[in-house]
Amino acid sequence: MRPESETDLAEVIRAAPGPLRITGGGTRPIGAPVEGAVLETGGLSGITLYEPAALTLVVRAGTPLAEIEAALAEQNQRLAFEPMDHRKLLGTRGAPTIGGVVAGNVSGPRRIWVGACRDHMLGVRFVDGNGTILKNGGRVMKNVTGYDLVKLMTGAYGTLGVLTEVSFKVLPRPETCATLVLRGLDPTRAVAAMAAALGSPYEVTGAATQVSGAVCLRLEGFADSVAYRVDALQRVLADFGAAEVLDAAASAALWTELQDVVALASHDTVLRVSVKPSDGPGVQAVVEAARTDGAAVQTDWGGGLLWIGTSAPDRDCVGLIDDLRAHCASVGGHVTVIKASAHLRRAVPVFQPEPATLATLSSGLRARFDPRGILNPGLMGA
Amino acid sequence: MEMPEPDTTVLSRKAQIVARLQSVLPTGAVIHTPAEVRAYECDALTAYRCPPLCAVLPASTDEVAAVLKICHELGVPVVPRGAGTSLAGGSLPTADCVILGTARLTAVIETNYADRYIRVGAGRTNLSVTGAVEAAGYFYAPDPSSQLACAIAGNIAMNSGGAHCLKYGVTTNNLLGVTMVLMDGTVTEIGGAHLDAGGLDLLGVICGSEGQLGVVTEATLRILHKPEGARPVLMGFNDNAVAGACVADIIKAGVLPVAIEFMDRLCIETTDRFSGAGYPDCEALLIVEVEGSPAEIDAQLALILDIARRHDPVELREARTEAEAARIWLGRKSAFGALGQIADYMCLDGTIPVSSLPMVLRRIGELSEHYGLQVGNVFHAGDGNMHPLICYDANKPGDLDRCEAMGADILKLCVDAGGCLTGEHGVGVEKRDLMLHQYAPEDLEAQMAVKDVFDPAWLLNPAKVFPLACSAGRRMAAE
Repeated sequence: MRPESETDLAEVIRAAPGPLRITGGGTRPIGAPVEGAVLETGGLSGITLYEPAALTLVVRAGTPLAEIEAALAEQNQRLAFEPMDHRKLLGTRGAPTIGGVVAGNVSGPRRIWVGACRDHMLGVRFVDGNGTILKNGGRVMKNVTGYDLVKLMTGAYGTLGVLTEVSFKVLPRPETCATLVLRGLDPTRAVAAMAAALGSPYEVTGAATQVSGAVCLRLEGFADSVAYRVDALQRVLADFGAAEVLDAAASAALWTELQDVVALASHDTVLRVSVKPSDGPGVQAVVEAARTDGAAVQTDWGGGLLWIGTSAPDRDCVGLIDDLRAHCASVGGHVTVIKASAHLRRAVPVFQPEPATLATLSSGLRARFDPRGILNPGLMGA
Repeated sequence: MEMPEPDTTVLSRKAQIVARLQSVLPTGAVIHTPAEVRAYECDALTAYRCPPLCAVLPASTDEVAAVLKICHELGVPVVPRGAGTSLAGGSLPTADCVILGTARLTAVIETNYADRYIRVGAGRTNLSVTGAVEAAGYFYAPDPSSQLACAIAGNIAMNSGGAHCLKYGVTTNNLLGVTMVLMDGTVTEIGGAHLDAGGLDLLGVICGSEGQLGVVTEATLRILHKPEGARPVLMGFNDNAVAGACVADIIKAGVLPVAIEFMDRLCIETTDRFSGAGYPDCEALLIVEVEGSPAEIDAQLALILDIARRHDPVELREARTEAEAARIWLGRKSAFGALGQIADYMCLDGTIPVSSLPMVLRRIGELSEHYGLQVGNVFHAGDGNMHPLICYDANKPGDLDRCEAMGADILKLCVDAGGCLTGEHGVGVEKRDLMLHQYAPEDLEAQMAVKDVFDPAWLLNPAKVFPLACSAGRRMAAE
């Protein structure tokens, strides 16, 4: 099914006899496997409104991301939260849609400075599980009129409703960028270096480590400003050794690779862990203690986001995931299984199980927005 | 302002309710004499008042949980209250409610500079959060005008903004986690020092829910290192539309100032007389502030001034010293006080798409003539959040009614222009009955469904946000 309008979509959902598996570009098959009739959103496509001077963009949910990025680039603007392209990591084809980005709250390295996808969302239109067309928020940057269902819909993976239109705050594209690279630091020192950079006044817009352990720190802005901040940041980081400085072209290539987690593409299983940065080395210690063969770790968000890749057999992965989940439950954080065999995605919850009270609230919300349980049922585990 | 009739059973059981609350709280934490409860009869929307049944001031999450458990058991409505600075009547009591004040939850629980967050009791004032970290060079970014007095609890309830949110976002963008007590007394942790939720973004919907989903007792907030410096520039124009076009050109040029503030002639003249800021004689005034090192500030301001010169400004004034910078901000920061000296006023909070600014200001001028009430406009131009100040005379019969009618017309105008009723103050009781102008009944139904999940008995701040007719069925069923 591929409805061509919001009203058609509402009709499809109202008439649906059973579960629906909602798909945009099909490039992010994240979550527990869903059995259901495929509902494509690609028919709801196109930019509805773009006002560069108001930093506002309104688009239909099935619009290809590439089309949006091209339109923004023409006005020297961008989606500042730099959504990850999952295709290389997951080995998927197709064209990512903006609805998929929002449904997964997909945010890249710049999340550490400008916020996540959810922080750039201004409004949504969606169809709930009853087939009712709903809206929340709008197209203005400050809006506290009623409850913020925009946030609730962002990252709900279509389990509360099918997005039809989304509006964003967009931001100017900076004139240039540069990257400092520090090598030879262990995980704890790497996090300390990133904390020093992020705790400086120089507005570091990316703080990540490659699989090799190299620390990458990005600066963006007007050329003179970036040049000044590269020098200033090197002085802040003097204790961590000499930094290599990458120019704009090399920086852009490096951060695209980091954003898309290309380095872990060859692994069968990839986990995504979010903790506070200083807990990152502890997570890495859990990975080492599990003795999973050939595990590799890339970090982002100052070390608080860890991408863990492994090609160990599924039964070993189950153990690793359990260990990581127990660790995160104790320090605060969560583990999501991003890439795994269908078998593994059935064997363990894809999303970190929530404490009982939150699980009750979440399932209560699902029961209200999708009383028949037909929208991507079970995808998030509940 | 219509409020639900108080529940007479609750009123008749006041002594029992007070005694139960006293049994779980320290001496002095339950305020119940008629004279004392008057202190809680209103918030900063002083036009509406109603003394509550009683007020409680718990000093810990456990005490909050004990209070809510009792109120839940006895079916008593609870109105949470931060510092009582709501301009929307968010903590306006009903006669049958318990006011739950957060004023004693003020502790700094943890500061962590390596991970850049602070955890505080939710009753702590906004400015004192920054106060707790500024010695280390950090600050908490959201800065509502009331930041000296307003509490983080209220900031979270209303998702408060401020002058600097063009760059740093509003409360929801700087809130990492909360400890929240549900109406039945269950204590729950949502979010934490890490980024983003593992499941549904419950934190996102709690922020801005106006105290209707739970009582936040502790909050983990993102802190940032202060910029090296900041400096404003002042620009005067002889036409609102030209000032609006200048703002648009600045944003299109790729500069992202930390603040762009706008004032119209009435505000310029009134604040200038009040503060002696030395503002130029013009129709529209912009204050644009940028951050960075001295050289970075120079470069950004040069670009901004170049753009401004193309719009035929009456005056461009750069600040060369701290004192000059303070003078530029002086009038703007005293705008509300200055207007208050010439009249009573109602402060509105609608947001509009920046592109419709000239049209909206023209229409406000027409409404001002129609109603015979003066309006001063001061607002955050970068994000379209307007603060029209409607001047009236509270002692003149009928003036408040005309002012309210005009306020409603202005807010509807904001919605019709593509904006919204409230950008940062919240709906409270003030804009409750306008909600159906912005949302269809089913949209409000979806929002109320969220409250059904968190507070099935509809006891938390029940008469706010939604038009009473919309929420009546739920409130009655709960009784």
